[in-house]
Amino acid sequence: MGYSGFRVIKEGLFGQKGWKPVWRNPEPKAEYDIVIIGGGGHGLSTAFYLAKEHGLKNIAVLEKGYLGGGNVGRNTTIVRANYQLPGNSEFYSHSLKLWENLENELNYNVMHSQRGLINLFHSDGQRDAFVRRGNAMINQGDDAELLDRDGVRKHLPYLDFENTRFPIYGGLLHRRGGTARHDAVAWGYARGADQRGVDLIQNCEVTGIDIENGVVKGVQTTRGAIRAKKVAIVTAGRSGQVAALAGMRLPIESHILQAFVTEGLKPVIDHVVSFGMGHFYISQSDKGGLVFGGDLDFYSSYASRGNLPMKEHVMDAAMTLMPMIGKAKVLRSWGGIMDMTPDGSPIIDKTHIEGLFVDCGWCYGGFKAVPGSGFSLAHLIATGNHHEPAAKFRLDRFRTGRGLMDEEGTGAQHNLH
Amino acid sequence: MRINCPVCGERDRREFYYGGDAVAMHRPAPDAGVEVWDSYVHLRENPAGQTRDLWHHEAGCGAWLVVTRNTVTHAISDVALAKEAKR
Amino acid sequence: MRLRKAAVTVPFTFDGVKYQGVAGETLAAALLANGVKLVARSFKYHRPRGVMGAGSEEPNALVTIGTGAEADPNVRATVQEVYEGLAAFSQNAWPTLKNDVMAVNDFAAPFLGAGFYYKTFMWPKAFWEKLYEPIIRRAAGLGALSGRSDPDTYEKAFAFCDVLVIGAGPAGLMAALVAGRSGADVILAEEDTALGGRLLSEIEEIDGAPALDWVASVAAELSAMPNVRIMTRTSVTGAYDQGTFGALERVGDFAPRRAGLPRACFWRIVAKRSVLCAGSLERSIAFPNNDRPGVMMAGAVRAYVNRWGVAPGHKVAIFGNTDDVARTARDLRAAGVQVVAELDSRTGARVIDTAGRHGLQSIKVAQNGKTRKIEADCLAVTGGWNPTVHLTCHMNGRPVWDPEIASFVPSAGAVPNLVTAGACHGVFETMGCLADAAQITEAALRNMDIKAAKVVLPQADQSPYNIAPLWMVEGKGRKWIDFQNDVHVKDVRLAAQENFRSVEHMKRYTTQGMAPDQGKSSNVVALAVLADATGRGIPETGTTTFRPPFVPVPIAAMGAGSKGKGFAPQRFTTSHKASVAAGAPMIEAGLWYRPSYFPIAGETTWRQSCDREVGMVRNAVGIVDVSTLGKIDIQGPDAAKLLDFVYTNTFSTLKVGKVRYGLMLREDGHVLDDGTTACLGENHYVMTTTTAAAGLVLRHLEYVLQIVRPDLDAKVISVTEQWAQFGIAGPKSRDVINGIIDTPIDDASFPYMACGEVSIGGIGARLFRISFSGEQAYELAVPARYGASLYEQLVADAAKLGGGPYGMEALNVLRIEKGFITHAEIHGRVTAFDIGMDRMVSRKKDCIGLTMAAREGLMDETREQLVGLKPAGAVQQMAAGAHLFEAGAEAVRVNDQGYVTSVGFSPTLGCMIGLGFLERGRARHGEVIRMVDHLRGIDATLEVCDPVFFDPEGGRLRG
Repeated sequence: MGYSGFRVIKEGLFGQKGWKPVWRNPEPKAEYDIVIIGGGGHGLSTAFYLAKEHGLKNIAVLEKGYLGGGNVGRNTTIVRANYQLPGNSEFYSHSLKLWENLENELNYNVMHSQRGLINLFHSDGQRDAFVRRGNAMINQGDDAELLDRDGVRKHLPYLDFENTRFPIYGGLLHRRGGTARHDAVAWGYARGADQRGVDLIQNCEVTGIDIENGVVKGVQTTRGAIRAKKVAIVTAGRSGQVAALAGMRLPIESHILQAFVTEGLKPVIDHVVSFGMGHFYISQSDKGGLVFGGDLDFYSSYASRGNLPMKEHVMDAAMTLMPMIGKAKVLRSWGGIMDMTPDGSPIIDKTHIEGLFVDCGWCYGGFKAVPGSGFSLAHLIATGNHHEPAAKFRLDRFRTGRGLMDEEGTGAQHNLH
Repeated sequence: MRINCPVCGERDRREFYYGGDAVAMHRPAPDAGVEVWDSYVHLRENPAGQTRDLWHHEAGCGAWLVVTRNTVTHAISDVALAKEAKR
Repeated sequence: MRLRKAAVTVPFTFDGVKYQGVAGETLAAALLANGVKLVARSFKYHRPRGVMGAGSEEPNALVTIGTGAEADPNVRATVQEVYEGLAAFSQNAWPTLKNDVMAVNDFAAPFLGAGFYYKTFMWPKAFWEKLYEPIIRRAAGLGALSGRSDPDTYEKAFAFCDVLVIGAGPAGLMAALVAGRSGADVILAEEDTALGGRLLSEIEEIDGAPALDWVASVAAELSAMPNVRIMTRTSVTGAYDQGTFGALERVGDFAPRRAGLPRACFWRIVAKRSVLCAGSLERSIAFPNNDRPGVMMAGAVRAYVNRWGVAPGHKVAIFGNTDDVARTARDLRAAGVQVVAELDSRTGARVIDTAGRHGLQSIKVAQNGKTRKIEADCLAVTGGWNPTVHLTCHMNGRPVWDPEIASFVPSAGAVPNLVTAGACHGVFETMGCLADAAQITEAALRNMDIKAAKVVLPQADQSPYNIAPLWMVEGKGRKWIDFQNDVHVKDVRLAAQENFRSVEHMKRYTTQGMAPDQGKSSNVVALAVLADATGRGIPETGTTTFRPPFVPVPIAAMGAGSKGKGFAPQRFTTSHKASVAAGAPMIEAGLWYRPSYFPIAGETTWRQSCDREVGMVRNAVGIVDVSTLGKIDIQGPDAAKLLDFVYTNTFSTLKVGKVRYGLMLREDGHVLDDGTTACLGENHYVMTTTTAAAGLVLRHLEYVLQIVRPDLDAKVISVTEQWAQFGIAGPKSRDVINGIIDTPIDDASFPYMACGEVSIGGIGARLFRISFSGEQAYELAVPARYGASLYEQLVADAAKLGGGPYGMEALNVLRIEKGFITHAEIHGRVTAFDIGMDRMVSRKKDCIGLTMAAREGLMDETREQLVGLKPAGAVQQMAAGAHLFEAGAEAVRVNDQGYVTSVGFSPTLGCMIGLGFLERGRARHGEVIRMVDHLRGIDATLEVCDPVFFDPEGGRLRG
């Protein structure tokens, strides 16, 4: 059923009785053309674009828990295209363009809001590095503006410009950066995929991947065996475990990234503010909660919960940068499991097993990639060819050293990106 | 998390620097070949369960430690000095 | 209405109206005593709301305390104590609490069901950001931040103990008593201002005397024990690994501000064992219009009557499903409050509606097939009690359903070394709590080899609980579940109807449980309603989970000490004061501060100073503090082998008294750092690193020695702070040196790249002949305590020769003129090949990074390579961060061939010069290319050249 303001009013008048389920609860069939393992943002958008862009219908998404229960449901909702290295640049640019039409495409209000993202810098050297990044963004066709200290003050008057430990020299403003309502993205894609005939199968854990003579044949699940011509592993956070079912080892280590939300407050932070020097970033949700986060907890973990030292560090950073935030009270904190790769950039590729694809390694940047990742993976699965904007996300780049995308320049230590 | 440093005793996690999987202790020979080196530098077992990883007691004695740890529960079952650890 | 005589002497205001309270009571108690019922507006529909509970779980009575920068939003009136001058304000209402314009939302409620916003506001597209979203944002939120820097102080602290007892109700007191008498180090953390827990609010006897007598005697005994620390006003907020807990102590927020007294202290408590005695939280029942001011939890009503001596109403009705209905009636009558109805659902009574816009006036009751209206201004409701399982969920523990009490209890072992006792363990009567706590604490002590002291259990209340679950009452009107986020039964049913059947989907779709109380009072009811709507049992529907913190924690408390400069250490060189005195602007270099330039009379721009300082070094002599560079002392029989293994080039051939430049790679083949290492003696070296990488390189060396090459016998230690080191650069540098050291040197005795011990007035010093400027230059190191005086002497001596100090700006220009790299160039993505140093990679020995640097992709001729750049067109400007293109090519990504890393105006050459990386750059010297900086609006033509602009033969270095 279509959603609209008219419909909301009509249902309101009739006691909301007419709203239909947003998706079906199908029983898994014995065979599909394509099985996508993982009903998170990327898996759902892949299914959606396979159906929408490539007209494919015989598709199942297998989710071990509930749809959107992974990192798409536990992140800080930031959407941006401010990368500088070839490969990332074109991919996130494409993804942002998809975001900009997502409500229309999904007929679902994902509340994408281009509030503007400001990355602060604190030295001449950092300014030059951000200028390089900003120029790369413009070369790509995206937007970037250089703000000096007064320029930042105009946008963010509440920062501590006098006493903060690392004085604010200026910022890089990315006006098209912003936020979206994370759960809505998962639900919108799920609804869109379901409407196009994709079977979304929840509470269905994949326990094995069937491979014969180097060709994928299907999967074993807690709800029985399912044959498939093509299988895609789209399980960021659990990529290593699922790939191990196919006998693969990935260049991935899993790490916890925490996020925090405060009690609801009247509007006070309009932008997304990123304080790289303090590993801190923040925005305010439409409900009024300040949503913020920091760096990884720094050691490999699947615990889905954060540690106390990093919590304190994030609050420390908040206090030096914007001490007006002090009386905001943290209501809830949580931890997502990040697929950290040796260069901090993701993987969308075929594998050495025919018909088996991987989409993983999103580090802490997977949310904004949801549309682009699904679009590009769908293209790869449907056509067998890499989609140009994601063509550099190869699995073999670490072995060859060709096309590494180490934005942070910290090298092949997974947790440092 | 708290780690029982064999030199200093039990200390808070914030005194330590995490240095990745203990696979680092098995550095291949220079001529071991690109696959072996790729595996050493990049590929990881990344278990959801028991793992061995390296920690540097940076704000303490300076020792590198091999910590046997559960990545799901964060329970630590063994801590040894890397210099003396089984290889 | 006050029920007993009390010293009503504490003046405070609410929304500007003056009231009087009693010292020690909560704001909620004081407001109720003053007959104030309406205290807040609800989040979404702006419904009038009153005090509902009596503890930190309060969903309704959130207020702002104070004004201006001190304004503290979203404070629970049920926790905040009144003090003289306290000014409280209602939130989320305009223009007044009583006449709130946004209450219009309540009339639109039929259209604003769960998740309605996902289905609309999409057309026209631009309206979301321009119109709808700003309106939604303004309407949302509860209290407001002042937007001004938090003026208050906060603290953080660590504490350690054998046994942490969380909660000081009957169970917690018994646990602390057992552990304390057994000699264990105990911390007893209690959220309330007083010990006693529910006993403070109930009429009960222990050993035949009022229960509070027992509480007082235990409190006195515990206070007298040196091994017991009692922390009241302290909420344990989170459970973390290896027995670590976070806790928030409200230190000063219950009294007027006093200098030196922090508002709050955030504790990190490490406990070998912990006993969770957090009690239980009462839940409501979802009946129509159950949210009016005056509808309260029955346990809270007893707290106001019994503990605070305040009647929340004149005519109180009671509705519930346990023996607490009778208990509440008994206590009210004993206090002289009129009870207008005892509605025990177990006898079939149901409240099916309520009335009263700004406060309850009447309820409608269905019983025995009849309905009747009862006048009441307060309705005490109990739907049963939920064990406070929260902390046991923080490490992913899932509570389990206990049908006996129709609620969730903690799963055993949910938090390692934490046990639960008393009501949070599902034991509700006082006698059971005492016995449970004693037994569980004894076991915990045994478990840590402490002999448990014998404690004789007192006799206490054993009245039964007898719950018959009642989650909701059907009927016309909204039946609120989550009061704070305005979620009602129909929302949950709509979620189920739309197939958001998973409990997580329901929560996220309706926002139930996502408000400031984290669903403390609503989660179980919501789950029950969802279970009913989906035809499943409650345990099959799912379990609720809670994440830290247990109660909201101010960011300022957890980030105490970090405001302003407290965020990171500040490191100062020994010349810092002299540089500041000389008027040099100090800039951050990592954690250090270094002088940018040294303005002299007549100079109005930094460029004038910089140009002069460059000329000074090229023509006379300049002094610069280089102490911030990392210095690592390396000793041992295998020290040279270590250097061979960490540097790409060979150091084992370096002779005593010589210095060599070295390049260090990461194991992945990219450049880690560069610097010089001097051989001071047999098996003794001192390595310098860049300022930025000092810590990194030390850690790297330890890593190599302990992990990769434990066979090497060498030791490394940072001596960065032990030595003050100064660069003396320029043609007259030796004159300065010889004026200072005891035994003069010359070119023959101290050639380029020599090093050695010297003395200055008998003080041992180290001299290195190295240069980062391309001039004849030395670095002179003395023990740090002599740094300040040596610096002054050097500057004074240099001045006599036409020289002086120079700063980072000049240093940067000097090094660019020579093509020397910094981390602007070795930014983590470049190889030795890229920077033209491939010849420095020895293939005769193994070193870190050697193999991976040989990967095909890292040796590709088309990679971006280090080049020099200078203007070749009309535009003479250059900019770091600009990108490079072929001449005439469009400045778009596909044409991008590189970027500029460093630029500076070279007074020596009379033009801008720069370094950058360019595809196949080394083969393109002489080519004219395009440089575009979109951000700064610069589009210039450059000539590609060798990165060494000045004195390529290096004659000046050698003197």
